[in-house]
Amino acid sequence: MKTTRLHDNHTKLNGRMIEFFGWEMPVEYSGIMEEHLAVRNQAGLFDVSHMGEILVTGSQALDYVQHLTPNNAARTNPEKAQYSALTTPQGTFVDDLLVYCLDETHYLLVVNAANVDKDFEWIRSHTEGFDVTVTNVSDQYSQLALQGRNAIDILKTLTPATLEELGSFAVVHTEVAGIASIVSRTGYTGEDGFEIYTQSETPGIIWDALMEKGESYGLKPIGLGARDTLRLEACQMLYGNDIDDTTTVLEAGLRWLVKFKKGDFLGREVLLQQKEEGLTRKLVGLEVVGRGIARSHYPVSVGGNQVGEVTSGTYSPYLKKSIGLTYLPIDSIEVGTEIEIEIRGKQVPARVAELPFYKRDY
Amino acid sequence: MYPEDFYYTKDHEWVKVEGDEALVGITDFAQKQLGDVVYVELPEVGSELEFHQSLGVIESVKAVSDMYSPIAGKVMAVNEGLNDAPEQLNEDPHGKGWIVRLKVKAATELEKLMSIDDYEKFLEGLED
Repeated sequence: MKTTRLHDNHTKLNGRMIEFFGWEMPVEYSGIMEEHLAVRNQAGLFDVSHMGEILVTGSQALDYVQHLTPNNAARTNPEKAQYSALTTPQGTFVDDLLVYCLDETHYLLVVNAANVDKDFEWIRSHTEGFDVTVTNVSDQYSQLALQGRNAIDILKTLTPATLEELGSFAVVHTEVAGIASIVSRTGYTGEDGFEIYTQSETPGIIWDALMEKGESYGLKPIGLGARDTLRLEACQMLYGNDIDDTTTVLEAGLRWLVKFKKGDFLGREVLLQQKEEGLTRKLVGLEVVGRGIARSHYPVSVGGNQVGEVTSGTYSPYLKKSIGLTYLPIDSIEVGTEIEIEIRGKQVPARVAELPFYKRDY
Repeated sequence: MYPEDFYYTKDHEWVKVEGDEALVGITDFAQKQLGDVVYVELPEVGSELEFHQSLGVIESVKAVSDMYSPIAGKVMAVNEGLNDAPEQLNEDPHGKGWIVRLKVKAATELEKLMSIDDYEKFLEGLED
């Protein structure tokens, strides 16, 4: 099993370690519920070094990223990152990702841990006609996520960067606790916060400095368990659950990241056709009305007919109810529509809910 | 930590005998493994449970765990309090977090369960 450079920091904090796609990662420290609420109410620190980083370099790096992704990568720059997707010619997902422009000839694509090898192969195999080189630099980077309303106060004394001036998705190349880092105002929790990338061999210095500074701000270390419940409340997609190579970007409700006017990209034709003809199904939020907790793969019915399954489902620690996501036929997606979730053989009433389940109020 | 007069199982359940009835719950070790319990599905009062028949379901935020009856018996009562306060399974697993009360079908089944000494030894083995 692979370990991150922060492994010792986790064991010192009594993190419960599990295997996650070949990585030994902390699933929880003090408990999912407590960690989840710490991020919602104060702040949390995550080790997400298992995420993959793939570097596209060359004179046509931007053109190539434009070819691979539906969002307009021309709007990125060294001060601005972007959420996007790697799309198939069918408009479905190879993965979802963040695009960082390091400079005009260097683009860093941050991808899911589970997909690094597949994505690298995909990106490497579509370069024909583009003057680019593709490198898997995942092992060179550590990534920490500092999330929550107190994140800015914790981070600002540890970096010379003026964090107040950073808007959403803004990027600054700076130092954190004296260590060269890329800091972006991004995250996967629905809270304000930052993601910190470093190629240092000793990212533990950043971790420890943040934990120490964060103590008086209620900062807690957060495992993968709460990372999943936080992202679901905030309606952030999880590849393999909510999106994959059978679901299109439009069906997933990510119309906003498809920029048809930017020019051609993989999947554009199919997505354009789907946009013009209309969708037949779409990802919606659900909340269980009866007793029980919706879990991924539980069957979903409308009017007695099974129409799909729960893609992600959990007990929501913040809302104190069972929430989830599912694809529904387009005539059943209205908020309030009554549906049923099959839980251990029983049909339990549920309804289509407004998304996101959680939206921050600051 | 673990009550002296309880019986225990390798599935981390406890059985407390009271006359010809027995309370059944999960151990402190089990609740720590499960994490925050957020939902409990209980059997119907009056149902007859065989040895190792499904007794109910315990769900934490992340996981669904089946629970099996450590002995045969008729369900005399269930802990309805767990419907509204499933966290009692975490906070007081050997007390307020009891799950069902069974009418013991065969007292000889109890002899096959572990004593506190056996259970503590069993737990030590798991830590290796």
